[in-house]
This record gives sequence, structure tokens and C-alpha cells, in this order.
Amino acid sequence: MNAVTLYGLCGAALVGLGLYGLIVNPQPLRKILSFNLVGSGVFLLFGVVARRGAAFGMGGDPVPQALVITGIVVAFSATALAVALLLRLHEAAGSASLAAPEPPAKPDA
Amino acid sequence: MNVSLLVDGSLLVMIVVVALWTIAVRDSFAAVIGYACYGLLLGFAWVRLAAIDAALTEAAIGGGLTSVLLIRAVVRLRSTEASTQAETPGRLQRILAAILSAAVAAALGVVVLALPEPAPSLAPQVAQHIASTGLGNAVTAVLLAFRATDTLLEAVVLVYALVAVWALTPDRLWGGRPGQKYDADPNGMLAYLARLLPPLGIIVAIYVFWVGADLPGGKFQAGTLLAAMWLLAIMAGLTDAPPVSRRWLRVALVAGSVVFLAIGFAGVPLAGAFLAYPEGYAKPLILIIEAASMLSIAVTLGLLVLGPPERSEHS
Amino acid sequence: MSMSAAGIPAATTAGGFLLVLVLVLPLLGVLAALTLGGRNARRVAMTAIPLGLVLAIALGIELMKSGQALVYVLGGWAPPLGIALRADGLSVVMLLTTALILLAVAVYGQADFQMPAGVDEARAPFMFWTLLLAVWGALNALFLASDLFTLYVALELLTFAGVPLVSLSGSPETVQAALRYLLFALLGSVLYMLGAVLLYGTYGTLDIALLAERVRPVPAVIAAAALMTVGLLAKTALFPLHLWLPPAHAGAPAAASAVLSALVVKGSWFLVVRLWFDVMPGVVTLSAAQLLAALGTAAIVVGSVVALRQERLKLLVAYSTMAQIGYLFLMFPLAFDPAGNAPVHGAALDGGLLQVVSHATAKAGMFMAAGLIYAALGHDRIADLAGVARAMPVTVLAFALAGLALMGVVPSGAYLAKKLMLDAADGSGQWWWMIVLQGGAVFTAGYVVLVLVSVLRSRPGPMPLVKRVSRLSELAALVLSMSSLLLAFAALGPVPGDLVSNPLAPKELGTLLAVVLGGALLALGLSRRSLLATARPATGADGGLLRRSAVAVGEAFELADRAVRRWQAASISLLMLVALVGGLLVFGAPS
Repeated sequence: MNAVTLYGLCGAALVGLGLYGLIVNPQPLRKILSFNLVGSGVFLLFGVVARRGAAFGMGGDPVPQALVITGIVVAFSATALAVALLLRLHEAAGSASLAAPEPPAKPDA
Repeated sequence: MNVSLLVDGSLLVMIVVVALWTIAVRDSFAAVIGYACYGLLLGFAWVRLAAIDAALTEAAIGGGLTSVLLIRAVVRLRSTEASTQAETPGRLQRILAAILSAAVAAALGVVVLALPEPAPSLAPQVAQHIASTGLGNAVTAVLLAFRATDTLLEAVVLVYALVAVWALTPDRLWGGRPGQKYDADPNGMLAYLARLLPPLGIIVAIYVFWVGADLPGGKFQAGTLLAAMWLLAIMAGLTDAPPVSRRWLRVALVAGSVVFLAIGFAGVPLAGAFLAYPEGYAKPLILIIEAASMLSIAVTLGLLVLGPPERSEHS
Repeated sequence: MSMSAAGIPAATTAGGFLLVLVLVLPLLGVLAALTLGGRNARRVAMTAIPLGLVLAIALGIELMKSGQALVYVLGGWAPPLGIALRADGLSVVMLLTTALILLAVAVYGQADFQMPAGVDEARAPFMFWTLLLAVWGALNALFLASDLFTLYVALELLTFAGVPLVSLSGSPETVQAALRYLLFALLGSVLYMLGAVLLYGTYGTLDIALLAERVRPVPAVIAAAALMTVGLLAKTALFPLHLWLPPAHAGAPAAASAVLSALVVKGSWFLVVRLWFDVMPGVVTLSAAQLLAALGTAAIVVGSVVALRQERLKLLVAYSTMAQIGYLFLMFPLAFDPAGNAPVHGAALDGGLLQVVSHATAKAGMFMAAGLIYAALGHDRIADLAGVARAMPVTVLAFALAGLALMGVVPSGAYLAKKLMLDAADGSGQWWWMIVLQGGAVFTAGYVVLVLVSVLRSRPGPMPLVKRVSRLSELAALVLSMSSLLLAFAALGPVPGDLVSNPLAPKELGTLLAVVLGGALLALGLSRRSLLATARPATGADGGLLRRSAVAVGEAFELADRAVRRWQAASISLLMLVALVGGLLVFGAPS
């Protein structure tokens, strides 16, 4: 297998790692981090697709490369919004947890 | 096994190991620092994939600004570490999550190995039409000519994200200044750097913007650099974040999108379609759009890092 | 009414420029509202939204004149190199519905979101008007874009506009709900993006029409289909991926909830339809569609039962949304061609579209009515709503009509939709979905009856009203509810007239009576407080054996819902669904 396929497998691994972190890590900040991991893995896969499309003197297909740039910016804005929400939650409620509080048991009429 | 395969292999192993460490390490601060390293390594990976524009963007935004954002957050959230750590799911859930994530990764790996050969590509069409845009950088041509509407929508996404962040302001602080007041020692290292780096950064940013028409670079990378210089000056106390109610700030935020839309509509009578460029005028118009967008991107990215207003405008 | 996307030439058609105007107008509105600031935000919204409605109507007329989908090639660069905008019947109906509902919400929101006197700009009103325009812009982009990456950007626009609407009031619970919504929605969009990457890697284009010609059921495409579908299901909050919806929709201010329930969740649903019907019809299989409809059925049952168990009106309406989203997915297996090979643009899709429009209008009306009750009373506890019907007749009428519309009473849009889908089910021999379609109405009737009985009770003392509600807002709610109830008449044009029978015919009245009776029984059994509760306790402690076992069933459902709505459970279900859908796409394929 050539080097480009290795990058593709790396991208797949990053997606898997990120998904695991997103599910398992309880801190919202680390969920945000894992989301970034998944995102960068997906973009890496796109980069692999771009590299495989190299032709006409260009090192890679420029369309996926351009889409990756757009995607990186969008992912950053999503991260910024998520962090702002998290900090506001911490400020307003003192906690930084995503778990909804269990409602108290109530007798039925 | 030749040298380049060795280089690629070791880079990828490092990336995966750092990513694994970022997920697995207990302390969140360590995880964020791990992510910063990961971002820089990923920049190298993009260089190896011959996507220099993407490498610049990943290093600047993915590795750089995102890490700044996350470090500021993790420091403020230190006190909640212990309580949220207690919510770690049980072993069964972790095993199930691991199996499923591994399955998704494995399926992706299989698909990657089975991608069609020869790979479909739009490079031939780009090479065929790039001459009419007057640009030398194919990625810039895709971003600002062939798929310009995507870039326009992406500028709007940045505005939307900032509006969403500002929506989190406490009611009484609306119209105030984002972020805390920074009081760095005026004779200290930070203030020194903040006087030294921004002029250099601005020159580099303008260069990256200008050369992006023909070589790797462009408004995103330049805008990020400008944002970083501005943030440095704010964090060293040399300048303060502007109140969000200021009219000039709002105009700066929307300038890029407005110019983009204006030139887009001008293309209808002049070149026959929305966001089409008249013959021979493509490059100057694209540079105008890029210049206005670069400023908007810089201001928006900086404000996204600073967050919603936390003090009144007179503080 | 609906037109297929295949075979559309990638060249700008006559009237295509309208597409650009419809796309750009809301975006200009957001930029103007942000720059001009203060009171101008509301003025911009009140100018742009009616203008947008006019444009959408013009687009509809243009579409009917041309008889085929309208296309606009952006920048003069045709796909695959460039991107195009495309409007078929599906897009235009969604555009019109969005514009109408936003107009009603804007009118409704006049009372709550005026800039306070003496202040240049206040956060909540400024944000409300700006976000209204923002949601509109995102939805228009979603309905018009014809490229999978442009659609991804539009999805992110929608998420960034919807999340702050959830936390508009600023309270900690709503901020937490907004954060959960954002994180789960981001998980969905990153899976969507992954699918798009795989499609580009296989075919070198992301244009919908071009992909439709080239797509084959190879592993990469199957993986893409599974990932994209489930990612979008997470954003649409289909059971079991609905963890974020109830607190988000219940915590937002009523006008925001109306927008979130009626419009924002429909955006990702629309994209699932586009993918299944226009991009990959040859790849998706009947068994995968059956899975979607099965999840929809679960949503209807669980959502309705948990709605019955709620103590707060807004939470009840939020769970009702979760249940009604299940209806949107019943049409998928019914839309397949007679051989069961691929979904086609036919009666079932028309039914699904009608379902969406009638749900959107009815749900918006319902949330508006609930919001008015909350504003007038200062609380929305269902047990303490006695006397509201006498004090606020218009509001209660709006709620009742919305409830009837959701139940599928003649001549509501939901009724016609159900008829169309029943025909399709009959024709394809899928009798089990007929049971769900008919039975679902009983579940809906349950919680509608619960609320109506509560408000129709008379109050012994005077009504403690905290605030007078605006007549205009009541009217807005009433108009929306009525439009949903009368939707069948509007849809009669392209649909055969004999499908809508006389509402007073004995057969229809009989069905209505049966549904209401069934609903009342459900409400009697499952609601938290006995429907007929009076001040004195019932003679035998908790009521008879039947009541106690019914309550136990209800509690079990609630516990199950709460368990599924934990982050780990929901995200693990997400990945399991990806695997399940992928498997059904591989093994369900006709040989």
C-alpha cells in the first residue's frame, strides 16, 4: 500500500477515536475536543481523496482541499459556540455537566 | 521501504498516539495541551498530502486558535473537574462504545482501501477553466470563483456563530466588552512580545493574503493571523476588547459578506449570473472580496475566541 | 406536485434568478439587523419576512408555469465544477410553509419582544428578531441548494441559528439544553460530512443531479448512506436519538419553540428525503425504510405516553413534537415502487409532505397557544388550568383546533396525508403501517383531551390572571391552527377531490368519536393526576387495579424515555443505528 492509503487509515482511526471520546468522556469540554478529533479525521479523509486526484501539475484535486478549508473554519466556529455555552453554563449553574437532574419521585393522585 | 514512507509512517503513528493520549488522559488540561500538539502534527500531515493551503489553515485555526479557545476554557473549568469525572460511564458502556467506534473505524478503513482506481477528480476541469479567473492558486480559484457561493455562506456561518455566542450575554451586560480585563505587567515578557510581534504579524498576514492569489495562502490564513495579533495585544493589556454595541464593530463584522453579495449581484448585469465575474476583471474583483473578507474574518475570529460580553462597556 | 431531480439539465432555467433572491433575502436581513441594531432589528424582520413570502409565492407560480424544476447555475460555473440552486415542488412547498409560519411567529412575537423603552438595544428582543431571520436564511439555503457540501453548510447555519433560540431566556436549564442540542447536532453533521467525503471519493462530484446518475450500491456509498441518514436522524430527534428535544423545546420562549418544533427539525428531515428520493434511490432498501418507520412508530407511542405523563403544558407539547416526528418517517416504506426497489415521487411522498406542512402549522399554533396561557397565568401546570377556557376563549380555541388538526380530523392536512399514505400502504400490502396510521391518532387524542379537559373545568373562584395577552398574538395562533385544520382544501388542487369526504358524514363522525374516546381512555389511565380529580381523595387510596396498572405502565415508559435520553445511551444507539442501517442496506437489497 502506498503512503496516501496510510493517511486514509489514519483518518479512519481518528474518526473512531474521536467517536469513542465523544461517547465516553463525561466532561463536555472533552466531548468538544473529541468532536474536533472526529472532524479533523474526516477532513484528513477528504485530503486523501484530494491527493488521489492529483493531475495536471497540481499536487491534489483542489476542490476537496477548498472544502476542507471551509470545513475547518466551520468546525472552529462550532467549537467556539460550544465553549461559550459551556462557560456560560458553568457561570450560571456552577456545574459543567450535561446530565439532566433526576426529577424527584412524586406520588400520584 | 523508502525514506518518505518512513517519514509518513512515523508522522501518522505520532498523530494516532497523541490523539489516543488526548482521549485517554485523566486530566483535562493535559488533554487540551495534547490537542494543541495534535493540531500542529496534523499541519505536517497536510503538507505531506500536498495541500499547503489546508496545512496553513489547520495549523492556524485548528492547531492555533482552537487551542487558545480550549486552554482558556479548561482553566476556567478546573473546579468542576472532580464532579464531572464522577460521571464516567460504567465498564459495559465503555466496552460497547469501544466496539462500535472500532467497527465504524474499521468499516471506514475498508472503504478507504476500496476507493476506486483511477480516482475521480475535478483537477482537469479546474486546470481547464482556471485561466479565465486570472488566478494561479487553484484552491483560491475554487473558493472564490467556481464555488464562491459556498464561501459566501461560510462567511455568513461565522456571523451566525458570533451572534449565537453574543446571545449568551447576561441581560444586564448587553452591549459590554467581551472577555475579562487583562492587566499584564507593562515591562513583562508578554507586553514585550505584544509590541514586537503584531507589526511583523500584520506584514506576514498581508503577504499571505496577497500571495494567496497565485501561491498557497489567502484570506482565511491571513485573517487568522490578524486575529491572533489582535488577541495578543488584548491579552497583554495594550488594547481592550471593543464593546459589542459599537457600530464600527458591527460594520466590520458584516463588511466581508456585504462586499461579497454586492459583487455577486453586480455580476448579474455584467457577467450574466450571480457571482460571475466579467471577462478580465475576475482577479481584481476577487482580491477586493478577499480583502474585505480578511478584515471581517479577523474581527469575527477574534471575537469568537473572546466570547460573549462579560463586563459593561465602561469597565 | 413533486418532481424528480433526475434528468434535469444543469443550466439556468427561466425564472431561476428568483432562486437567488429567495436565498439571499434572509441573509441580507440578518446582516442588516446586526449592523443597524436596536429597534431596527424588528423593523428589518417585519419588512423582509412578508417580502420573502411574496417571493416564495412568485417562485411557486413560476414553477407551475414551467412544469419542471427551476435551476440556477451560480457564477456561471456548471456542476460538477460549480454549484447550482434547484427548486422542485418539494422545495417550493417547504419554502412557502416556512415563510408563512415565520410571518405568523413574527406577528405573535410583537407582544413579547419589543425593545424596552429608554434602551437602545436589549439582548432578548434583538436576538429574537435576528435569529428569526437567521433560521429563515438557513432553511431557504437548505431547500434550494443542490450540492451536498452547500447543504452541509446550510445544516450548520440551521444549528447555529436554532441553538441560541433554545437558550434565549438565559436560564441555566436552557443553557444546558442548548449545549446538549449543539453537541448532538454536531455529531450528526460530522457523520453527514463523512458520508459526503465518501461520495466525493467515489464519484468526484457532490451535485445531487450528477450523483443521482452515477450512484451504485457499492460499499462506500452504502457506508455514506448509513452515516448520512443516521446523522440527519440525530438532528431530527427521531427516537431513540431525541435526547435533546424535550428540554430544548420546552425551555425556549413560546415563539422560539414554535420555530424550533415547526421548522428547524423539518430541515434535516427534508435532507433525508432528498438523499433517499433524489440522490440514492437505487441504494436505499425497503428494509432500511421499514426500520425508519419502526423507529417512527416507537416515537409516536413513547412520545405520546410520556406526553400524557407531563405536568407542564410546554413539556407536553414538546413531547407531542417528538411523537409527531415519528409520523414523518412512516412514509418511507410506503413510498417504494411496487417491486420494492426504490422510493419514487408519488402519493406517499405527497402524503409525507402534507404531513409535514400540517404538523408544522398545527404545532406552531399549539406552542403559541401554550405560550399565551403561560404568559397569562404565570405558570403552565396542567393540573391548575381550570377556568382558562372561560378567560381566554380564543387561545383555547387555537389549541383545540391545533389538536384536532394533529389528530387528523377531516378536513385537516393530516387527514388527507393519512388517506394518501393508507392508500399507498394498501397498494403495497404493508397492512401493519395501516394499523399504525390509524392507531396513532388515538395516542395524539390522548394528550389533546387531557389538556382540553383541564382548561374546560370551571374554576370556583376568580381567575388569577397575571397579564393580559395580546389579541394579535391570539389571532396569529388561531390563524395557524385553522390553516392546518383546513389544509386539505388547499391541497385539493393537485390531489383528487374525492379523497376528502364530508366531515359530517356518519362514517367520519364515527371515526372521530372512536378516536376521541380512545384518547380519553388513554388519558384517564396514564395521566399523572387523575383526569377527573376533585379536591377530595378518591375512595380507594390510588384508585382501582386498572388505574394502578395503567399508571405503572406510564411510569415504565417515562423511565425508559429517561434512560434513552442519557448521553451515553443516545450516542451508543446512534452508532448502533449506523451499523443497523448499513446492514439493512446491504442485506435488504432485492436480489
